[in-house]
Amino acid sequence: METFVFSVLNGVTYGLLLFMLSSGLTLIFSMMGVLNFAHASFYMLGAYFAFTIGAATGFWVALFLAPVLVGLIGAAVERWGLRKVHTNGHVAELLFTFGLAYLIEEIVKIVWGKLSIPYKIPPLLDGPAFTLWGTDYPAYRVFMLAVSITMLVALFLLLKKTRAGLIIQAALTHPAMVGHLGHNVPKIFMTVFGIGCGLAGLAGVIGGNYLVTDPSMAYAMGPIVFVVVVIGGMGSLAGAFVASLLIGLLQTFAVAVDATFFDLFGWAGLGAMTEVGRISISSLAPMLPFLLLVLILMIRPRGLMGDREF
Amino acid sequence: MTDAAVLDRAEGAGEAADPILAVRGLHAYYGKSHVLQGVDLTVGRGEVVALLGRNGVGRSTTVKAIMGEVAPVGEVWFKGALISGRPSHEIARAGLGYVPENRDIFPMMTVRQNLLLGIKDPRRPGRWRVDEMLDMFPNLAARADTAAGVLSGGEKQMLTICRTLMGDPDLIMIDEPTEGLAPKIVQQVGELIAGIARAGVAILLVEQKLSIALKIAARVYVMGHGEIVYSGTPADFAGRDDVRREWLEV
Ligand SMILES: Nc1ncnc2c1ncn2[C@@H]1O[C@H](COP(=O)(O)OP(=O)(O)O)[C@@H](O)[C@H]1O
Ligand SMILES: [Mg+2]
Repeated sequence: METFVFSVLNGVTYGLLLFMLSSGLTLIFSMMGVLNFAHASFYMLGAYFAFTIGAATGFWVALFLAPVLVGLIGAAVERWGLRKVHTNGHVAELLFTFGLAYLIEEIVKIVWGKLSIPYKIPPLLDGPAFTLWGTDYPAYRVFMLAVSITMLVALFLLLKKTRAGLIIQAALTHPAMVGHLGHNVPKIFMTVFGIGCGLAGLAGVIGGNYLVTDPSMAYAMGPIVFVVVVIGGMGSLAGAFVASLLIGLLQTFAVAVDATFFDLFGWAGLGAMTEVGRISISSLAPMLPFLLLVLILMIRPRGLMGDREF
Repeated sequence: MTDAAVLDRAEGAGEAADPILAVRGLHAYYGKSHVLQGVDLTVGRGEVVALLGRNGVGRSTTVKAIMGEVAPVGEVWFKGALISGRPSHEIARAGLGYVPENRDIFPMMTVRQNLLLGIKDPRRPGRWRVDEMLDMFPNLAARADTAAGVLSGGEKQMLTICRTLMGDPDLIMIDEPTEGLAPKIVQQVGELIAGIARAGVAILLVEQKLSIALKIAARVYVMGHGEIVYSGTPADFAGRDDVRREWLEV
């Protein structure tokens, strides 16, 4: 019971962190028609910026400033980079985002070094929030959950309840028509790209100090976020939401399960000490998202809620 | 260009003295194919002009090039300013409305939201109101809050025209609004277009034949193979069996 409740909490927290990344990525996908390989690099920038800004201003100012700064960089990348490349087609765009990911990684190494940096949880949140069945639940996890839910609600209200949100949604599916109605589609796209990168930056700010902040963090997070977007259905926000929670819970539960293949398949004659029998379920956790990705692409290529196939 | 066509242009019904739209020597290309080969036409302020022609002669390309959706080569003047080469949202904001031939509604949004998206600036209301628009069309009003994707072809056509009107254009270009619609619906679309004309909005109406355009158009252009081959009044056009036979009938 205890393990179950904690795993649900952890899984939802991790899932919402994934959604912060995948929501931006899927919006940007709707717009460009290709996956942005540099998306997780903006996540990394968020963490590094929060570290440096936070050293001067404290964590709370950095919590706001770092994502805004990342968003502005994202908007600039769209305005002066992608928009030009876009005219040369999808392959050029894809290669551009590839190059950008490596470029950002190298810049981070030059500025902050190759090793991980001591980006720490603020002291105020560095303790237990509550105690359940004698186990402490970290305050910072509760904070991550609160920030994620706030962002989720804000994104929902922006897209569903405001005129700007309606225009953004229409521009993603019918850019030419929205332009003919007098809306500045290039500016809308720049804004969407900026917001998407800003959200990734926010995920970096609240995730970097909890996980780890080093030059390989983008590389570690990127593939999972792609998996989420593909499983959810490319371009579908609702799909990204469901898939984020699914992957978040799946991975958390797999880690929490204290069993081996022997426990599961021992009845079928699998020996406890054989190579296969000794594999623990928790060691499979990192593999599960990719297993799901492969299965989804085979069974339902448009993802859970997407409307496009490849 | 045939000799007859040259003559037609010389003795044409005359161009608007102070045109709101003037297209001069407009060319357009799809890759290597040279689709518009020097189109000249004008629309006066508040004037209704029909642009006729068989399928594939370049009527849609003409309005797309005016709107900047297809790269224009040549000059397009709107309200005295050169708009060719400007991005289409700027052209729309100058007061040029465009209803494309594909009835491009936003299917996931409600009818009302579709109309709201036609408004360019909510702080500066134009001559049309969402509620009045819905009052005029009971069919749309009944579905105001349902997704526009479920509308019939005729209703979608009405909605795309109304949505463009919400942006308060001074000239509206409507590409084949009656294509594929039942006669009764064609009549309704005709009434809507006549209403737009009465409100003082200039109209460039693209059609295949002079069906609904006949009653309201002040001038008629006929296109053939990427250029204008005839221009005149509907009265003059009525007597020109030769033009009809050569350029319109199938
Ligand atoms: N997107 C396109 N790519 C290539 N050729 C096109 C395209 N659109 C139209 N065309 C060609 O350009 C010519 C003019 O088309 P269009 O302007 O749509 O004619 P109309 O509207 O008069 O029927 C046709 O021969 C058509 O096949
Ligand atoms: Mg056409």
